Amino acid sequence: MQIGVITFPGSLDDRDAQRAVRLAGAEPVALWHGEHDLRGVDAIVLPGGFSYCDYLRCGAIAAHSPIMSEVIDAANAGMPVLGICNGFQMLAEAHLLPGGLVRNDHGNFICRDQLLRVENTTTAWTTAFEPSAEIVIPLKNGEGGFIASAEELARLEGEGQVAFRYLGVNPNGSMNDIAGVSNARGNVVGLMPHPEHATEPGFGPDTAAAMRSGVDGLLFFTSVMRALVESA
Amino acid sequence: MPTIVVEVMPKAELLDPQGKAVAGALARLGKTGFTGVRIGKRFEITVDGPVTDAVLAEVRELADDMFSNSVIEDVVSVHVSGATVETTGVAGETH
Repeated sequence: MQIGVITFPGSLDDRDAQRAVRLAGAEPVALWHGEHDLRGVDAIVLPGGFSYCDYLRCGAIAAHSPIMSEVIDAANAGMPVLGICNGFQMLAEAHLLPGGLVRNDHGNFICRDQLLRVENTTTAWTTAFEPSAEIVIPLKNGEGGFIASAEELARLEGEGQVAFRYLGVNPNGSMNDIAGVSNARGNVVGLMPHPEHATEPGFGPDTAAAMRSGVDGLLFFTSVMRALVESA
Repeated sequence: MPTIVVEVMPKAELLDPQGKAVAGALARLGKTGFTGVRIGKRFEITVDGPVTDAVLAEVRELADDMFSNSVIEDVVSVHVSGATVETTGVAGETH
């Protein structure tokens, strides 16, 4: 099972995402933004970072990259696609996901281990979670405020497209505490927090059990492997 | 060479943290006569050749599809630099 991770100019967490894929038991495949080639992968991760220095709008220029035409076609055909942080911003800019991301309401960059609730465990990237599971994964962004029109927000809530919600603290002013959303089909998911940074004991968030032992992010990747096996 | 100007602003109902920060600085400087600051973007697109209706239409399309994101921003003006301003329905816009 091969999961592609696309590197854009300014991607930071592409190698971390590859590592997470490997830890979950799949084979990571490095993909390049400037090519029209998905190399036959079964799923795609758009990693975090600051593509094009966040010029124009976060993710906006990367959303027009050559490889994005293949990503859009694959996503529309049902291939699982996960956008993390800057990758989420790209998917929103590419209209593969609803809503938009704006500067944090407090104006500051924020970095913290963030408590989330998994609101939809039927998407390609969340089936391994228990319904309403509460998880902790790192969050680090300056422009993570999720917004949508009132009508769109009501539709997302009504149709189960809110995939993750911030618990305890709303770190950036996101409407309805939304941390991540999916498309209607559930194969495309985006979120601001970083599951790839909570996949290996010793390198994740602190838990009650031990320092840096949090691996809640691993279940994103085992979810997609399960989804791919079931659809095969 | 002619230049087409595109102006984009964050949606009025959205908090503009940049503008808010600048407004805070004005207040600290004792500039009490101002009640708010909002910060948007101005694009100057240099055209290779005359600005025809087709070129303007192409820039309007780019303004909607790339220069702005309609979820968070409004295109408030697309006009040829130096020409009469063509606004897109924002009340009170003057240049």
